[in-house]
Amino acid sequence: MQNGLRQSPDHDSKDHAVKLTLNQVNFFYGDRQALFKIDVEIITNQVTSFIGPSGCGKSTLLRCLNRLNDLVEGVRLEGTMLLDGIDIYGPNVDITDLRKRVGMVFQKSNPFPKSIYENVAYGPRLHGIRNRGRLDQIVEEGLIGAGLWEEVKDRLQASAFGLSGGQQQRLCIARALAVKPDVLLMDEPCSALDPVATAKIEELLFSLKQDLTVVIVTHNMQQAARVSDWTAFMYLGEVVEFGLTKQIFTTPSKKQTDDYITGRFG
Amino acid sequence: MKVMIQRHFDEELSDLKTKLLRMAGQVEDQIDQALTALVTRDSALAHQVIERDHLVNSLDVEIDEESIRLLALHQPAARDLRLVTTAMKIATELERISDLAENVCERAIELNEEPQLKPYIDIPMMGNMARMMVKQSIDAFVKDDATLARKVLTDDDFVDNLMEQLFRELLSFMLEDTRTISRAIRLSFIAKYLERMADHATNIAELVVYLVEGKIIRHITPPGSSTNSLAES
Repeated sequence: MQNGLRQSPDHDSKDHAVKLTLNQVNFFYGDRQALFKIDVEIITNQVTSFIGPSGCGKSTLLRCLNRLNDLVEGVRLEGTMLLDGIDIYGPNVDITDLRKRVGMVFQKSNPFPKSIYENVAYGPRLHGIRNRGRLDQIVEEGLIGAGLWEEVKDRLQASAFGLSGGQQQRLCIARALAVKPDVLLMDEPCSALDPVATAKIEELLFSLKQDLTVVIVTHNMQQAARVSDWTAFMYLGEVVEFGLTKQIFTTPSKKQTDDYITGRFG
Repeated sequence: MKVMIQRHFDEELSDLKTKLLRMAGQVEDQIDQALTALVTRDSALAHQVIERDHLVNSLDVEIDEESIRLLALHQPAARDLRLVTTAMKIATELERISDLAENVCERAIELNEEPQLKPYIDIPMMGNMARMMVKQSIDAFVKDDATLARKVLTDDDFVDNLMEQLFRELLSFMLEDTRTISRAIRLSFIAKYLERMADHATNIAELVVYLVEGKIIRHITPPGSSTNSLAES
């Protein structure tokens, strides 16, 4: 399918390393096909957003990228998904290692019922880090990376539930960052947040992409326009159009894309 | 599954288009009356056209304010975004054309103080062509018609050629009899004003192509056009 390929002459893979390559991906929940022939390349150190009406398959696609869908009964995937050229559905892939490299932040913040410190230290501990000084350092880096350090550095032992919604979401980002992922998947990370908390997370994306690759699913079209370098518009399980965000939001090449982002259908 | 949504925004966009159409109508009338004032040597009519310029100016401001409001409140994207930004730019072009019609009238008033230098044939022809180009470029805007817009682009060459021809003719008058110079210069100015009007109509047509197709075609010399000869050699 031509549609899913990036269509910008000034941004080809010569000047951008590809982090994730999706090649003719079909995905089924039992008999029902949810994704159709997805061909997409996600560029390293850039933000790629997936937009589209509810049920178009964008969250399904996101959850395929760290094999979260494996947990669902009766699912089947065809085609290939490569992370740095290696098939993430290959026989030798350690799923725990994959999920360490491909972190995820969800719509609703889901901190563990523990202290702020323990939330961030949880992942590194799980991966075998015991040294207290090293953990302290990872926790601080994670919280700085998530733009939360200044707000919580004096109460690291306080319960994570005492934080505001926006702070909890940034804590979840810090928790994801603590295991040093290559890719951060974000599924509607701001939909439960107020505009100020949303703005903080959006600002965070600009600094996060210095170190990692971000894939974000959002219902908020203005958010996709603001934060992402690339935008894919999905409809009924297909990628209708994929290109530079600035192009998709000014001169989309498909009428369907135009209709969706101008709010003519949804 | 696919639900088309009736948008209140569409009504506002259509109001914006109507305003622009009204402004274009005013400007076409101005060109028309400026030419009549010149050809019939009617200074009173010329003064009227000059006095009515403020109507176009206020529509220009109104369209600007309306467009800024739509941008701020609706944050339009894709073709909506292109429509609003294009409308703003077209209003500016129309306002310039209106200023040029005013300039034609000023020169006409000055010319009427002396006997007519020559019968006016090429000038009304240029003027009518320019007015037609404004009308067609606006029609193209209203109907989202890129083909019509591209036709306007080719018409511009016709106006340019007429102006060149007129310049040569006026030059021969001035060489033969120095007493014709002040009138010949005023007529050359008028020819230049009309040529500029056609250029602004061309700009509008180029904006319409962007609106419809998303392609920016201005500042690109089409292959085979006369101004391209240097690049080809």
